[in-house]
Amino acid sequence: MSRKRISLRQELPLLVWLVIVWAALWQNFSPGNLLFGALIAVLVARLFYLPPVELGGRFNLLRAVPFGLHFLAKVVAASFQVLFLAVAKGPKVISAVVAVPLRSHSDLLVTATGHVTALIPGSLVVEVDRSTSTLYVHGINVRNAEDAAQLRKDVRNTEAGLIRIMGTKAELSALNQELDS
Amino acid sequence: MDPETFSGDTVIDAVSAVFMVVGALMSLAAAVGLLRFPDLMTRMHAATKPQVLGLFLLLFALGLQMRTWWVWPVLVVAWIFQLLTVPVSAHMVGRAGYRTKHLHPELLSADELEAVVQQAAGKSGFSDDDGGATTDGR
Amino acid sequence: MMQLVLTVTAVVLSLAAGGAIIRIARGPSLLDRVLASDVLLAIVGAALCIDMAVNRHLNNLMLLVAVSLIGFVGSVTVARFVADRREKPRGS
Repeated sequence: MSRKRISLRQELPLLVWLVIVWAALWQNFSPGNLLFGALIAVLVARLFYLPPVELGGRFNLLRAVPFGLHFLAKVVAASFQVLFLAVAKGPKVISAVVAVPLRSHSDLLVTATGHVTALIPGSLVVEVDRSTSTLYVHGINVRNAEDAAQLRKDVRNTEAGLIRIMGTKAELSALNQELDS
Repeated sequence: MDPETFSGDTVIDAVSAVFMVVGALMSLAAAVGLLRFPDLMTRMHAATKPQVLGLFLLLFALGLQMRTWWVWPVLVVAWIFQLLTVPVSAHMVGRAGYRTKHLHPELLSADELEAVVQQAAGKSGFSDDDGGATTDGR
Repeated sequence: MMQLVLTVTAVVLSLAAGGAIIRIARGPSLLDRVLASDVLLAIVGAALCIDMAVNRHLNNLMLLVAVSLIGFVGSVTVARFVADRREKPRGS
Protein backbone atom coordinates (compact mmCIF):
# COMPACT_ATOMS: atom_id res chain seq x y z
CA MET A 1 0.00 0.00 0.00
CA SER A 2 1.62 3.17 -1.12
CA ARG A 3 0.19 5.95 0.93
CA LYS A 4 0.61 9.30 -0.64
CA ARG A 5 0.84 11.98 1.98
CA ILE A 6 -2.00 14.38 1.63
CA SER A 7 -1.33 17.98 2.33
CA LEU A 8 -3.42 19.64 4.99
CA ARG A 9 -4.84 22.02 2.42
CA GLN A 10 -6.20 19.13 0.39
CA GLU A 11 -7.70 17.56 3.47
CA LEU A 12 -9.20 20.73 4.83
CA PRO A 13 -12.64 20.54 3.14
CA LEU A 14 -13.16 17.03 4.52
CA LEU A 15 -12.11 18.10 8.02
CA VAL A 16 -14.32 21.18 7.99
CA TRP A 17 -17.26 19.08 6.82
CA LEU A 18 -16.66 16.51 9.59
CA VAL A 19 -16.52 19.23 12.24
CA ILE A 20 -19.74 20.77 10.93
CA VAL A 21 -21.49 17.39 11.03
CA TRP A 22 -20.22 16.78 14.55
CA ALA A 23 -21.38 20.13 15.85
CA ALA A 24 -24.69 19.91 14.04
CA LEU A 25 -25.45 16.47 15.43
CA TRP A 26 -24.66 17.66 18.96
CA GLN A 27 -26.52 20.89 18.23
CA ASN A 28 -23.78 22.67 20.09
CA PHE A 29 -21.53 25.23 18.43
CA SER A 30 -19.49 26.22 21.48
CA PRO A 31 -15.71 26.55 20.92
CA GLY A 32 -14.94 23.59 23.17
CA ASN A 33 -17.20 21.27 21.23
CA LEU A 34 -15.80 22.51 17.91
CA LEU A 35 -12.25 21.87 19.14
CA PHE A 36 -13.11 18.36 20.28
CA GLY A 37 -14.86 17.77 16.96
CA ALA A 38 -11.77 18.92 15.09
CA LEU A 39 -9.65 16.50 17.15
CA ILE A 40 -11.96 13.62 16.27
CA ALA A 41 -12.06 14.70 12.63
CA VAL A 42 -8.27 14.58 12.36
CA LEU A 43 -8.22 11.22 14.12
CA VAL A 44 -10.87 9.77 11.83
CA ALA A 45 -9.18 11.12 8.71
CA ARG A 46 -5.90 9.55 9.82
CA LEU A 47 -7.29 6.18 10.90
CA PHE A 48 -9.76 5.58 8.10
CA TYR A 49 -7.64 6.61 5.20
CA LEU A 50 -9.43 7.30 1.94
CA PRO A 51 -7.93 8.13 -1.42
CA PRO A 52 -7.82 11.90 -1.59
CA VAL A 53 -10.37 13.69 -3.71
CA GLU A 54 -8.51 15.71 -6.28
CA LEU A 55 -10.03 19.12 -6.10
CA GLY A 56 -9.64 21.61 -8.90
CA GLY A 57 -8.05 24.08 -6.54
CA ARG A 58 -10.65 26.76 -7.01
CA PHE A 59 -14.19 27.34 -5.89
CA ASN A 60 -16.28 30.17 -7.26
CA LEU A 61 -18.93 31.10 -4.72
CA LEU A 62 -20.39 33.73 -7.01
CA ARG A 63 -21.22 31.05 -9.53
CA ALA A 64 -22.22 28.46 -6.94
CA VAL A 65 -25.12 30.41 -5.45
CA PRO A 66 -27.03 30.95 -8.74
CA PHE A 67 -26.25 27.37 -9.69
CA GLY A 68 -27.76 26.15 -6.42
CA LEU A 69 -30.87 28.26 -6.89
CA HIS A 70 -31.22 27.16 -10.48
CA PHE A 71 -30.82 23.55 -9.35
CA LEU A 72 -33.53 23.98 -6.73
CA ALA A 73 -35.91 25.55 -9.24
CA LYS A 74 -35.26 22.69 -11.64
CA VAL A 75 -35.92 20.10 -8.93
CA VAL A 76 -39.23 21.76 -8.08
CA ALA A 77 -40.32 22.00 -11.72
CA ALA A 78 -39.26 18.45 -12.54
CA SER A 79 -40.88 16.99 -9.42
CA PHE A 80 -44.23 18.35 -10.49
CA GLN A 81 -43.58 17.18 -14.03
CA VAL A 82 -43.02 13.63 -12.81
CA LEU A 83 -46.17 13.87 -10.70
CA PHE A 84 -48.07 15.03 -13.78
CA LEU A 85 -46.63 12.21 -15.88
CA ALA A 86 -47.55 9.63 -13.25
CA VAL A 87 -51.12 10.83 -13.13
CA ALA A 88 -51.69 11.64 -16.80
CA LYS A 89 -49.53 9.24 -18.80
CA GLY A 90 -49.01 6.38 -16.40
CA PRO A 91 -48.22 3.08 -18.11
CA LYS A 92 -47.80 4.59 -21.57
CA VAL A 93 -44.80 6.76 -20.77
CA ILE A 94 -41.87 6.47 -23.19
CA SER A 95 -38.30 6.84 -22.02
CA ALA A 96 -34.80 6.38 -23.40
CA VAL A 97 -31.23 5.65 -22.39
CA VAL A 98 -29.03 8.39 -23.77
CA ALA A 99 -25.23 8.47 -23.89
CA VAL A 100 -23.86 11.82 -22.78
CA PRO A 101 -20.16 12.37 -23.41
CA LEU A 102 -18.77 14.83 -20.88
CA ARG A 103 -16.00 17.35 -21.41
CA SER A 104 -14.13 16.81 -18.18
CA HIS A 105 -12.14 13.72 -17.27
CA SER A 106 -11.71 14.49 -13.59
CA ASP A 107 -13.45 12.05 -11.26
CA LEU A 108 -14.80 14.82 -9.10
CA LEU A 109 -16.58 16.60 -11.91
CA VAL A 110 -17.97 13.43 -13.45
CA THR A 111 -19.28 12.38 -10.03
CA ALA A 112 -20.74 15.80 -9.31
CA THR A 113 -22.42 15.96 -12.71
CA GLY A 114 -23.84 12.48 -12.23
CA HIS A 115 -25.13 13.43 -8.78
CA VAL A 116 -26.81 16.60 -9.95
CA THR A 117 -28.27 14.81 -12.96
CA ALA A 118 -29.61 12.02 -10.80
CA LEU A 119 -31.10 14.45 -8.29
CA ILE A 120 -33.12 16.28 -10.91
CA PRO A 121 -36.26 14.21 -11.42
CA GLY A 122 -36.71 12.71 -14.85
CA SER A 123 -33.10 11.69 -15.39
CA LEU A 124 -31.17 8.86 -13.83
CA VAL A 125 -27.59 7.77 -14.32
CA VAL A 126 -27.61 4.09 -15.28
CA GLU A 127 -23.98 3.55 -16.10
CA VAL A 128 -20.75 5.50 -16.07
CA ASP A 129 -17.89 4.84 -18.44
CA ARG A 130 -14.95 6.25 -16.60
CA SER A 131 -12.37 5.79 -19.34
CA THR A 132 -14.27 8.00 -21.80
CA SER A 133 -16.19 9.86 -19.07
CA THR A 134 -19.52 9.12 -20.63
CA LEU A 135 -22.71 9.07 -18.61
CA TYR A 136 -25.54 6.83 -19.72
CA VAL A 137 -28.64 8.65 -18.61
CA HIS A 138 -32.10 7.17 -18.46
CA GLY A 139 -34.56 9.94 -19.16
CA ILE A 140 -38.28 9.72 -18.58
CA ASN A 141 -40.69 10.97 -21.25
CA VAL A 142 -37.99 11.07 -23.95
CA ARG A 143 -40.05 10.24 -27.00
CA ASN A 144 -37.84 11.12 -29.95
CA ALA A 145 -34.39 12.22 -30.99
CA GLU A 146 -35.13 15.87 -30.23
CA ASP A 147 -35.99 15.10 -26.62
CA ALA A 148 -32.83 13.03 -26.36
CA ALA A 149 -30.77 15.90 -27.72
CA GLN A 150 -32.42 18.23 -25.23
CA LEU A 151 -31.58 15.87 -22.37
CA ARG A 152 -27.98 15.64 -23.56
CA LYS A 153 -27.78 19.42 -23.73
CA ASP A 154 -29.20 19.76 -20.22
CA VAL A 155 -26.65 17.39 -18.73
CA ARG A 156 -23.81 19.14 -20.54
CA ASN A 157 -25.08 22.50 -19.31
CA THR A 158 -25.04 21.14 -15.78
CA GLU A 159 -21.46 20.09 -16.31
CA ALA A 160 -20.55 23.51 -17.68
CA GLY A 161 -22.01 25.10 -14.57
CA LEU A 162 -20.00 22.79 -12.34
CA ILE A 163 -16.81 23.49 -14.29
CA ARG A 164 -17.40 27.19 -13.77
CA ILE A 165 -17.75 26.55 -10.03
CA MET A 166 -14.92 24.16 -9.32
CA GLY A 167 -13.24 22.96 -12.49
CA THR A 168 -9.54 23.41 -13.01
CA LYS A 169 -8.25 26.41 -14.93
CA ALA A 170 -7.49 24.28 -17.98
CA GLU A 171 -11.03 22.93 -18.08
CA LEU A 172 -12.45 26.40 -17.67
CA SER A 173 -10.47 27.86 -20.55
CA ALA A 174 -11.39 24.88 -22.73
CA LEU A 175 -15.04 25.49 -21.90
CA ASN A 176 -14.78 29.19 -22.72
CA GLN A 177 -13.09 28.42 -26.02
CA GLU A 178 -15.82 25.95 -26.91
CA LEU A 179 -18.55 28.45 -26.11
CA ASP A 180 -16.83 31.22 -28.06
CA SER A 181 -16.45 29.24 -31.22
CA MET B 1 -46.84 29.16 22.05
CA ASP B 2 -46.26 32.83 22.76
CA PRO B 3 -49.42 34.64 23.75
CA GLU B 4 -49.19 37.66 21.46
CA THR B 5 -50.22 36.97 17.86
CA PHE B 6 -48.44 39.33 15.54
CA SER B 7 -48.83 38.94 11.81
CA GLY B 8 -45.29 37.69 11.21
CA ASP B 9 -46.05 34.60 13.23
CA THR B 10 -49.14 33.71 11.25
CA VAL B 11 -47.28 34.25 7.99
CA ILE B 12 -44.57 31.84 9.11
CA ASP B 13 -47.22 29.37 10.19
CA ALA B 14 -49.00 29.63 6.86
CA VAL B 15 -45.80 29.17 4.85
CA SER B 16 -44.78 26.13 6.86
CA ALA B 17 -48.30 24.70 6.58
CA VAL B 18 -48.19 25.01 2.79
CA PHE B 19 -44.70 23.48 2.73
CA MET B 20 -45.84 20.55 4.84
CA VAL B 21 -48.83 19.81 2.66
CA VAL B 22 -46.77 20.03 -0.54
CA GLY B 23 -44.05 17.89 1.05
CA ALA B 24 -46.62 15.23 1.90
CA LEU B 25 -47.96 15.47 -1.64
CA MET B 26 -44.48 14.60 -2.90
CA SER B 27 -44.69 11.32 -0.99
CA LEU B 28 -48.05 10.72 -2.61
CA ALA B 29 -46.45 11.44 -6.00
CA ALA B 30 -43.89 8.74 -5.28
CA ALA B 31 -46.64 6.25 -4.44
CA VAL B 32 -48.73 7.13 -7.49
CA GLY B 33 -45.65 6.78 -9.67
CA LEU B 34 -44.84 3.43 -8.09
CA LEU B 35 -48.28 2.14 -8.89
CA ARG B 36 -48.77 3.59 -12.35
CA PHE B 37 -45.45 3.46 -14.15
CA PRO B 38 -44.80 0.41 -16.30
CA ASP B 39 -41.24 -0.68 -15.54
CA LEU B 40 -38.59 -0.47 -12.87
CA MET B 41 -36.64 2.43 -14.35
CA THR B 42 -39.60 4.76 -14.71
CA ARG B 43 -40.76 3.77 -11.25
CA MET B 44 -37.40 4.81 -9.90
CA HIS B 45 -37.87 8.29 -11.29
CA ALA B 46 -41.08 8.64 -9.37
CA ALA B 47 -39.86 6.89 -6.23
CA THR B 48 -36.62 8.59 -5.32
CA LYS B 49 -36.64 12.05 -6.82
CA PRO B 50 -39.76 13.75 -5.47
CA GLN B 51 -38.55 12.72 -2.01
CA VAL B 52 -35.65 15.13 -2.34
CA LEU B 53 -38.02 18.05 -2.71
CA GLY B 54 -40.44 16.54 -0.18
CA LEU B 55 -37.85 16.24 2.56
CA PHE B 56 -36.50 19.70 1.74
CA LEU B 57 -39.93 21.25 2.19
CA LEU B 58 -40.65 19.32 5.37
CA LEU B 59 -37.30 20.20 6.94
CA PHE B 60 -37.81 23.83 5.94
CA ALA B 61 -41.22 23.81 7.60
CA LEU B 62 -39.69 22.24 10.70
CA GLY B 63 -36.99 24.90 10.81
CA LEU B 64 -39.61 27.63 10.47
CA GLN B 65 -41.70 26.13 13.25
CA MET B 66 -38.84 25.76 15.72
CA ARG B 67 -37.78 29.42 15.46
CA THR B 68 -34.28 28.84 16.81
CA TRP B 69 -31.15 29.22 14.76
CA TRP B 70 -29.28 26.17 15.96
CA VAL B 71 -31.62 23.66 14.37
CA TRP B 72 -30.79 24.88 10.87
CA PRO B 73 -27.34 23.26 10.65
CA VAL B 74 -28.81 19.90 11.64
CA LEU B 75 -31.53 20.22 9.06
CA VAL B 76 -29.03 21.21 6.38
CA VAL B 77 -26.83 18.24 7.32
CA ALA B 78 -29.82 15.89 7.15
CA TRP B 79 -30.75 17.21 3.72
CA ILE B 80 -27.19 17.04 2.41
CA PHE B 81 -26.97 13.44 3.59
CA GLN B 82 -30.04 12.76 1.51
CA LEU B 83 -28.60 14.61 -1.48
CA LEU B 84 -25.48 12.47 -1.27
CA THR B 85 -27.17 9.13 -0.75
CA VAL B 86 -30.20 9.28 -3.05
CA PRO B 87 -28.28 9.36 -6.35
CA VAL B 88 -25.98 6.57 -5.24
CA SER B 89 -28.74 4.18 -4.24
CA ALA B 90 -30.76 5.15 -7.31
CA HIS B 91 -27.78 4.46 -9.51
CA MET B 92 -27.08 1.10 -7.86
CA VAL B 93 -30.68 -0.05 -8.14
CA GLY B 94 -30.99 1.34 -11.65
CA ARG B 95 -27.84 -0.36 -12.82
CA ALA B 96 -28.86 -3.68 -11.33
CA GLY B 97 -32.27 -3.24 -12.95
CA TYR B 98 -30.78 -2.48 -16.33
CA ARG B 99 -28.43 -5.42 -16.22
CA THR B 100 -31.10 -7.85 -15.17
CA LYS B 101 -33.30 -6.57 -18.02
CA HIS B 102 -35.97 -5.10 -15.86
CA LEU B 103 -37.15 -2.78 -18.58
CA HIS B 104 -39.49 -3.04 -21.47
CA PRO B 105 -37.62 -2.33 -24.71
CA GLU B 106 -40.83 -1.31 -26.45
CA LEU B 107 -41.13 1.61 -24.04
CA LEU B 108 -37.68 2.96 -24.89
CA SER B 109 -37.36 5.36 -27.78
CA ALA B 110 -33.58 4.94 -27.82
CA ASP B 111 -31.06 2.79 -25.99
CA GLU B 112 -27.51 3.92 -26.56
CA LEU B 113 -26.10 1.73 -23.82
CA GLU B 114 -27.28 -1.54 -25.33
CA ALA B 115 -24.64 -1.68 -28.05
CA VAL B 116 -21.86 -0.81 -25.62
CA VAL B 117 -22.95 -3.52 -23.21
CA GLN B 118 -23.18 -6.08 -25.99
CA GLN B 119 -19.70 -5.19 -27.17
CA ALA B 120 -18.24 -5.40 -23.67
CA ALA B 121 -20.03 -8.69 -23.01
CA GLY B 122 -18.66 -10.15 -26.22
CA LYS B 123 -15.16 -9.05 -25.41
CA SER B 124 -14.65 -10.16 -21.84
CA GLY B 125 -17.64 -12.03 -20.53
CA PHE B 126 -19.85 -10.08 -18.20
CA SER B 127 -17.16 -8.82 -15.91
CA ASP B 128 -17.89 -7.11 -12.67
CA ASP B 129 -16.89 -3.58 -13.48
CA ASP B 130 -17.38 -1.13 -10.72
CA GLY B 131 -14.61 1.00 -11.87
CA GLY B 132 -12.92 -2.16 -10.52
CA ALA B 133 -10.06 -1.87 -12.94
CA THR B 134 -9.26 1.59 -11.72
CA THR B 135 -9.43 0.92 -8.00
CA ASP B 136 -7.12 -2.03 -8.38
CA GLY B 137 -4.48 0.29 -9.67
CA ARG B 138 -4.22 2.18 -6.45
CA MET C 1 -54.58 25.62 11.55
CA MET C 2 -51.91 23.15 12.57
CA GLN C 3 -54.59 20.58 13.36
CA LEU C 4 -55.97 20.92 9.86
CA VAL C 5 -52.49 20.50 8.37
CA LEU C 6 -51.95 17.46 10.53
CA THR C 7 -55.17 15.86 9.31
CA VAL C 8 -54.50 16.61 5.65
CA THR C 9 -50.93 15.34 5.73
CA ALA C 10 -51.97 12.27 7.71
CA VAL C 11 -54.49 11.35 5.04
CA VAL C 12 -52.05 12.03 2.19
CA LEU C 13 -49.23 10.06 3.83
CA SER C 14 -51.55 7.16 4.63
CA LEU C 15 -52.60 6.97 1.00
CA ALA C 16 -48.96 7.11 -0.07
CA ALA C 17 -47.99 4.38 2.40
CA GLY C 18 -50.87 2.27 1.13
CA GLY C 19 -49.65 2.63 -2.44
CA ALA C 20 -46.11 1.70 -1.46
CA ILE C 21 -47.34 -1.36 0.42
CA ILE C 22 -49.40 -2.47 -2.58
CA ARG C 23 -46.26 -2.23 -4.69
CA ILE C 24 -44.29 -4.22 -2.11
CA ALA C 25 -46.92 -6.95 -2.20
CA ARG C 26 -47.38 -6.97 -5.95
CA GLY C 27 -43.92 -5.98 -7.19
CA PRO C 28 -42.89 -8.41 -9.91
CA SER C 29 -39.23 -8.37 -8.93
CA LEU C 30 -37.08 -7.98 -5.85
CA LEU C 31 -35.83 -4.59 -7.01
CA ASP C 32 -39.36 -3.25 -7.23
CA ARG C 33 -39.96 -4.32 -3.67
CA VAL C 34 -36.74 -2.73 -2.48
CA LEU C 35 -37.67 0.48 -4.23
CA ALA C 36 -41.13 0.47 -2.69
CA SER C 37 -39.80 -0.21 0.80
CA ASP C 38 -37.39 2.67 0.31
CA VAL C 39 -40.37 4.87 -0.45
CA LEU C 40 -42.14 3.52 2.62
CA LEU C 41 -39.10 4.45 4.72
CA ALA C 42 -39.13 7.95 3.22
CA ILE C 43 -42.82 8.25 4.11
CA VAL C 44 -42.01 7.27 7.71
CA GLY C 45 -39.34 9.98 7.69
CA ALA C 46 -41.84 12.50 6.36
CA ALA C 47 -44.29 11.55 9.09
CA LEU C 48 -41.60 12.01 11.76
CA CYS C 49 -40.79 15.41 10.27
CA ILE C 50 -44.40 16.57 10.27
CA ASP C 51 -44.91 15.36 13.83
CA MET C 52 -41.89 17.36 14.95
CA ALA C 53 -43.00 20.47 13.08
CA VAL C 54 -46.56 20.40 14.38
CA ASN C 55 -45.67 19.61 17.98
CA ARG C 56 -42.51 21.71 17.94
CA HIS C 57 -39.99 19.29 19.33
CA LEU C 58 -36.79 17.80 17.96
CA ASN C 59 -36.75 14.39 19.62
CA ASN C 60 -36.86 12.44 16.38
CA LEU C 61 -34.32 14.37 14.36
CA MET C 62 -31.54 11.83 14.81
CA LEU C 63 -34.02 9.06 14.06
CA LEU C 64 -34.83 10.84 10.79
CA VAL C 65 -31.16 10.95 9.76
CA ALA C 66 -30.70 7.32 10.81
CA VAL C 67 -33.78 6.18 8.89
CA SER C 68 -32.61 7.79 5.67
CA LEU C 69 -29.12 6.31 6.04
CA ILE C 70 -30.51 2.85 6.76
CA GLY C 71 -32.67 3.09 3.65
CA PHE C 72 -29.59 3.95 1.64
CA VAL C 73 -27.49 1.08 3.00
CA GLY C 74 -30.36 -1.36 2.56
CA SER C 75 -31.13 -0.56 -1.05
CA VAL C 76 -27.46 -0.47 -2.06
CA THR C 77 -26.84 -3.86 -0.46
CA VAL C 78 -29.82 -5.47 -2.13
CA ALA C 79 -28.98 -3.94 -5.51
CA ARG C 80 -25.48 -5.32 -5.25
CA PHE C 81 -26.78 -8.76 -4.31
CA VAL C 82 -29.26 -8.86 -7.18
CA ALA C 83 -26.66 -7.78 -9.70
CA ASP C 84 -24.25 -10.46 -8.56
CA ARG C 85 -26.69 -13.33 -8.53
CA ARG C 86 -28.27 -12.71 -11.87
CA GLU C 87 -25.14 -11.97 -13.86
CA LYS C 88 -23.37 -15.26 -13.44
CA PRO C 89 -25.60 -17.53 -15.52
CA ARG C 90 -25.78 -14.94 -18.26
CA GLY C 91 -22.04 -14.28 -18.40
CA SER C 92 -20.99 -17.88 -18.68
